[in-house]
Amino acid sequence: MTARAGVITFPGSNGDHDALYAYEHVVGIPTRLVDYRETNLDDLDLIILPGGFAYGDHLRCGAIARFAPVVAPLKAFAERGGPVLGICNGFQVLAEAHMLPGAMLRNKSLQFHCQWLHVRVESNHTVWTSNTNPGSVLRLPIANGEGAFFSDEETLNRLEANGQVIFRYCNADGAVDDASNVNGSARSIAGISNERGNVVGLMPHPERACEAFLGGDDGLKILRSALNAINVAV
Amino acid sequence: MSVSTWDVDVIVMPKTGVNDPEGEAIRGGLKMLGYDSVAKVRAGRMIKLQIAATSSEEACAQASAMADKLLANPVIEVFEVEVVGLAKETAQR
Repeated sequence: MTARAGVITFPGSNGDHDALYAYEHVVGIPTRLVDYRETNLDDLDLIILPGGFAYGDHLRCGAIARFAPVVAPLKAFAERGGPVLGICNGFQVLAEAHMLPGAMLRNKSLQFHCQWLHVRVESNHTVWTSNTNPGSVLRLPIANGEGAFFSDEETLNRLEANGQVIFRYCNADGAVDDASNVNGSARSIAGISNERGNVVGLMPHPERACEAFLGGDDGLKILRSALNAINVAV
Repeated sequence: MSVSTWDVDVIVMPKTGVNDPEGEAIRGGLKMLGYDSVAKVRAGRMIKLQIAATSSEEACAQASAMADKLLANPVIEVFEVEVVGLAKETAQR
């Protein structure tokens, strides 16, 4: 048996085919797109919520997507421990669906940032970072207008104490500084996990950094990590 | 009790302490126009609802529940609900 990945296509997703390509052709496992109206995800071993503008980002990014029929079985999948990765808009959807804490605010610059940057791995105790080393630096692209992670202090402290802050914006040497925090995220947070470590959301796009000719392949470390958690041969 | 249609305004604002770059940008624009008197700008959104309810109180309670669940995100926003009155269309019916 082989692991099988699913990439959810919401109305307005635009990173779904990037994620499909990365898993199917680079990671090399059977992968399919999942329509937002599907309610049976039993054939899947890991699920990606891709980047884009689900439901046009109306009201707030991710706010309407959480009512899509696919979200109930997605929650059940996550509660069983299934690996779920929310990339960019997918992260916003996970936050609005209460599968991850916090919310994303408009970038402090008010600009849409489309660029490569660096993140430092803060924890490899999650399903999506098991192939990485804490303190290591990954070079990944971002493309967002609302990427500033926000949460109240109490929640931030809890996330830090539990090791749920897993990526922080940093410079090329791994130092966390204001200049590297282009979105203006609280405590330079670029990605977090749930308590169990199977659900992860991040603003950068690992699927767009999966081959050297794209500019880098550091994203593969994240995409491949989840395979360690799946009890099937790849 | 008869059901009427009520006009209800829900005002959603960024929480105190939450960065509001949009408000800051507007303040910058006002400054460019010479309005140095503006000390602070916070930008939110207003959502106008028409709600079927038996009373103003019920319309308000419904809108508050909607704001709590969807119209506002309590992590970053606060909201106010104001029942404006009976909707005009209803009054004509």
